[in-house]
Amino acid sequence: MRSILRRSMFGVLALGALIVPIAARAATEVRIMWYSDGNEGEVVRDLLNRFETANPDIKVILDTVPYKTITENLPAQVASGQAPDMARVTDLGSQAQYYLDITPYIKDQAYWQAEFPNTLQWTRPAGKTDGIYGLMTQLTVTLPFVNESLFEQAGVAVPGPKATWQEWATAAAAVAKKVNAPIPIAIDRSGHRIFGMAISMGAKIWDGDKVALVDPGFKAMTQLIYDWHRDGVMAKQIWGSVGGTAYRGATEEFANGQVVVYVSGTWQIAQFAKTIGDGFDWHAVPSPCGPAACTGLPGGAALVAYKTTKHPAEVARIMDYLASEPVAREFYARTLFLPAHASMLKSGIDYQTKLPQVKESLQSGIAAIAALSPLAYRVQGYAQNRVLFNPTISRLNQAISGEMTLPDAWTRISSDVQDALQAQAVK
Amino acid sequence: MSGAAALVGGGIMRVVSWPLEALQRRVGAAGMPYAFVAPNLLIFAIFVVAPMVLNIWYAVTGGTELMPGSRPYVGGSNFAELAACGNYLVVETCRQDRFWRAVGNTTWFVGFQVIGMILLSLITALILNRPIRARGFFRAVFFYPVLLSPVVVALIWKWILQPDGVLNAVLVGAGGARVPFLLDPGWAFSWTVLVSIWAHMGFYTLILLAGLQAIPPDLYEAAAMDGTPRWRAFWRITLPLLMPNMLVVLVLGLIRAVQAFDEIFILTGGGPGTATQYLVQYIYETAFANQIHILGLAAAASILVGGVLLVLTLLQMLFSARAKS
Repeated sequence: MRSILRRSMFGVLALGALIVPIAARAATEVRIMWYSDGNEGEVVRDLLNRFETANPDIKVILDTVPYKTITENLPAQVASGQAPDMARVTDLGSQAQYYLDITPYIKDQAYWQAEFPNTLQWTRPAGKTDGIYGLMTQLTVTLPFVNESLFEQAGVAVPGPKATWQEWATAAAAVAKKVNAPIPIAIDRSGHRIFGMAISMGAKIWDGDKVALVDPGFKAMTQLIYDWHRDGVMAKQIWGSVGGTAYRGATEEFANGQVVVYVSGTWQIAQFAKTIGDGFDWHAVPSPCGPAACTGLPGGAALVAYKTTKHPAEVARIMDYLASEPVAREFYARTLFLPAHASMLKSGIDYQTKLPQVKESLQSGIAAIAALSPLAYRVQGYAQNRVLFNPTISRLNQAISGEMTLPDAWTRISSDVQDALQAQAVK
Repeated sequence: MSGAAALVGGGIMRVVSWPLEALQRRVGAAGMPYAFVAPNLLIFAIFVVAPMVLNIWYAVTGGTELMPGSRPYVGGSNFAELAACGNYLVVETCRQDRFWRAVGNTTWFVGFQVIGMILLSLITALILNRPIRARGFFRAVFFYPVLLSPVVVALIWKWILQPDGVLNAVLVGAGGARVPFLLDPGWAFSWTVLVSIWAHMGFYTLILLAGLQAIPPDLYEAAAMDGTPRWRAFWRITLPLLMPNMLVVLVLGLIRAVQAFDEIFILTGGGPGTATQYLVQYIYETAFANQIHILGLAAAASILVGGVLLVLTLLQMLFSARAKS
């Protein structure tokens, strides 16, 4: 019996010794941690299938995860040296020291430099001004979506392109009152969404190189949001229904026709095309104005590779493929995303949709990118921008819920930001 | 048939016996129990002891580096940071006000949740111990929420309590006004207590029910023959004999309440404001949810929570020992 067992074990080991090298030669596995807002996961899988057919030596495994995994688990995974080969991330700068510079491996550096001039810097580590560390799979910009059907029903004119935040609030409140809509204005509970508004209201964010968040412009923005919650322009069910730094959107409420104006971002366009379609008249409009600007905040998701990958050349081939114009064009056209690709921004994309709302909204998005303030780009490019966003959200929410006064919230926001930056400075 | 089974059994024994014999030759007969326990001890060491030791290291080190070796030693400054308060009764004077709000919220939550749960579990157990119709069905009904995942519990209640949820639909349908169940701090806190009781009371009801069934019926029969009223029998027979089970329920309930996180985090996210933010959520958010992970502060807070849980566990052991003696 023992000899049979031993022989079997030797047999299995010998077979394994034969199979493993063959399998290893068959294809190099590259893992991508990916999250999806809409259909981009399906689209990229389809594109990668074609890549695999053309490159049989590379097998791409797409690990689809919830967005929270990208923001909360991936950083710890990366810091502990267990990063995937590649990941689709939105918190671009703070993890940049772990990204792989793919410059030595890509085919045509000049193409990348020419086509992604404004966004390559977002994925570079602090202090670096060259190198290619990521491919923007999507460029986004914050802007309001309007339920025009409600405006029509109420007989209220939709404010024009240069309307101020206060004018939008007045109009949205008037519409909501007439048509009995529960939420005149909804703004995503996200720092990213309100910092464009802060810059428009005159916030400078920095004093030279030093973060100086709470200034008159910032106070004006927070005061507006605070007052809107008091007088019912913003409903507590968005910001008040969660605590801490948790994200809360109003996607469902807008799709259900409960929101007159919804301040979110261009990544919602594909969602709304699917959930609302032509159920009512909706479209994105240019960012409302404050005394200083009429800007939203840019953002987006980038595909990055990590230094720990054992397959840098293969990773770069995947990046080159996805960045190539025909592939990227198809990706954007099918996902209804704004391109980060300069030529496509100029020439436009033939988006695969018949809905005029979607085409109009994407056009508003492209126009909004052209109108972005330089300070908005700086905020997006700041590696620690969530250190600014998170305390703003949590403390402002405490003021809205009556736990503290707004001046106390400003004091806490300042100290929270300084504490976080100091903690990071401890070496 | 039995011969074939014996043959198979013997074959299996012959296959597995040689590694065991080899092991015994190596460690000796006295070492065999340790050899059998070793795999579990290894798992315990990797997944319990090592994280505890690491947690202590994180609590006495600063900065934002994840790797323990890269973190500078800061002694007790994380604990000092948590404790820095002008006046402990005025949370606004504390440097880490969110920590003290979480301490306050957790204290209130533990008080209401544990008292409420013991009372409701006791009443339920008393009713289910009586010869009522469909008793087995009702026992299953009360135990069922314990089997549900906390995520499911939270989502069910969110669906019921949200502004356009089932409960508000019923209220509006009955001609009433919408109630901000999850948007008003007082309501939200109360609902976290109630949902937590609903989700866990089945387990405690079962413990009390077992205790009730262990009380000899003769005592009640003797009391009835003496003309003792029911309430007196409850105070003089049921409650004293149920006390060991009640103590177990109390201590387990306290431990569970201090650890409250999952279903409440999904139900309210700690809001509105910080009205339902409890200690474990504070630790989680400080360590992981913010972009800059202040792991030292979170580790220090978790050691304080661990200390409270240790005291409660020791109390449970003490009470259990007393009950046995």
